[in-house]
Amino acid sequence: MRRDYAILVGLLAAVFLLPAFDRNIYHLQIVAVVGLFYIAALGLNLLMGYAGQVSLGQASFMGVGAYVSMILTHKRGYLQQWLGGGFETAVAWLSGQSWAPGGLARGLAGAGAVLVGGADRLNQFAIGHLYIAPLIAAAVAGLIALGVGAVGLKLRGHYLAMATLGMGIIIVKVFEAEQTLTGGRSGVYGIPKLWIFGPPADPSNYKLFLYYLIWALAGVLVIFAIHLVHSRLGRALRAIHSDELAAAASGVPVMRLKLLVFVIGAVYASLAGSIYAHLDGFIDPPMFGFMESVTLLIMVTVGGAGSIWGALLGVALLHTLPQVLTWAKDYEMAVFGLILIVAMIVAPKGLAGLLDRAWRAVWKPRP
Amino acid sequence: MDFLLESLPQCLINGLTRGSIYALIAIGFTIVYNSTDAINFAQGEFSMLGGMIAVSLAGAVAGLGLVLPTWVYVPFAALAVMAVASAFELGAINPARKAAPVNLVIITIGGSILLKGIAMLIWGKDDLMLAPFSAARTIRLGPVGFELQSVWVWAATLIAVVLLHLFFRRTIAGKALRACAQDRTAGALMGIDAGRMTLIAFALAGAIGALAGVIVTPLIYVNYFSGTLIGLKGFCASVLGGMGSIPGAVVGGLAIGVLEQLFGTYLSTGYMDAFAFVVMLAVLLVRPSGLLGEPEGDRA
Repeated sequence: MRRDYAILVGLLAAVFLLPAFDRNIYHLQIVAVVGLFYIAALGLNLLMGYAGQVSLGQASFMGVGAYVSMILTHKRGYLQQWLGGGFETAVAWLSGQSWAPGGLARGLAGAGAVLVGGADRLNQFAIGHLYIAPLIAAAVAGLIALGVGAVGLKLRGHYLAMATLGMGIIIVKVFEAEQTLTGGRSGVYGIPKLWIFGPPADPSNYKLFLYYLIWALAGVLVIFAIHLVHSRLGRALRAIHSDELAAAASGVPVMRLKLLVFVIGAVYASLAGSIYAHLDGFIDPPMFGFMESVTLLIMVTVGGAGSIWGALLGVALLHTLPQVLTWAKDYEMAVFGLILIVAMIVAPKGLAGLLDRAWRAVWKPRP
Repeated sequence: MDFLLESLPQCLINGLTRGSIYALIAIGFTIVYNSTDAINFAQGEFSMLGGMIAVSLAGAVAGLGLVLPTWVYVPFAALAVMAVASAFELGAINPARKAAPVNLVIITIGGSILLKGIAMLIWGKDDLMLAPFSAARTIRLGPVGFELQSVWVWAATLIAVVLLHLFFRRTIAGKALRACAQDRTAGALMGIDAGRMTLIAFALAGAIGALAGVIVTPLIYVNYFSGTLIGLKGFCASVLGGMGSIPGAVVGGLAIGVLEQLFGTYLSTGYMDAFAFVVMLAVLLVRPSGLLGEPEGDRA
């Protein structure tokens, strides 16, 4: 545990001091995005490494975070429009039905007006207090995870992988199909900047502000993860990962803990996704699709599932490599696939596993 | 109401065509699952490769100034994809055979991405087309209309299912595969080499996938990415039918094809692609073993 804290302090120091040496916003943005994906990957890592379950929908949780945060804070009022439109259609249909008394349609219209008014007030509040939107988004993601997890974790086996696969595809479909709510396939521009402490006197340093915000959040979430892993809960999770039957026989509430880790992972991804939306002010559905979930899976696997720092290695490697090797863009997909296969065969514990073995060989050689 | 009567048979026809393709892909999933307990996410890519290779063969033949009917390419495409699938099994699955099924699933995901990447390098990102098996013709039978190619799809699926049935019931290799699927240890005691069974399973899955790919390409184009969605939906079909059951795969495929078409026509075209996944989630909720699978007893 002390080693983890030492690494964290060193990492945060390096990250926080970087802008003093390199003022290039492009470089800083890359490091910031690495931070965001690290948060999402960390959530997936907790699930995969400690609960031993695969989720194929982590990017869609990022999408939930992004879209909910966008809907709440965008001045176009997507939520009100969508609710209003829906109620209009319902009221119109009801009015045409001979069996429905007039009062019913009027009542429905009244209820609709109340909800739209409430949504409007929520929208204004979220715009004025920008920190609220990512939190609400995280709650929504958590609820979805609770529902899907309850279905997918009921039985032992790979059912969670299937359930998250389906969930991820359905979520992205919703983003594409519900145009009045989400802007549809073409995406949404003009997402407000995330000045959670209120707009500053000099707004030109937005990207730098986000850089620090992201890594501060990452630091907090890493501390949370470290404590989780070294707690009684963490040991119970590792027991589940080792041998589920034995853990259950020892009194570990297996399904509840797996569900908890799944929800935590979803919340991590959602927070990352929310900030991602406010980074460039633009989102569209493909940003959170199946391939993106698979990319996160690769990052966690190659970095080393079950290692808090492994996830960072995986993200850093797989995010920066394409930036550096731009000439090989066409080969990117094939290479990623190959890396995943080779990693799983040669180093199932990922880079972190390899480094760990090297560390042990150097510092604790056999007598 | 007249509109309903006219469209319902049409939906069924279209649905059966989709369903046949899903059924073939689902069978591919099932065969590999029975042998390895793992889900082969590269199954959709086997299908995509079948279509792509057939297109290239047709192009090469055309370059020689000839025109051959498209069905001629089926065995060649199937052989080629069988080779790819076998190479994949030998290079990626076999080395990891001692690993947990979770790791195998991740490896097949890697394989799927690798195949997509290679396909993109070889064939680019364009949509590619194949000529139909016989002259392109739309048949009109009363209120319904369908492409002649659809008949070929149904016929090919039927023939494939019958041949597979014969393979599993009448040949030694097929019986060995079934034995291995039932109980690998018992199979080993009987002298069946599990590694070779897995290789055969992958080769079969590759051939069936290729068949599906070639027969569907004349109806909708093929591109480096088209394997993904069709593979995932085929997977939903095998979950619906029951992961270990081949009859289940056929039933599941046809059911999803028809239901998806009905849903898309009458309820919502926007969400049509998501329908198969909603079905899968419903199956996991209500009866995870699927329609024809064996009920699993292990509660978490």
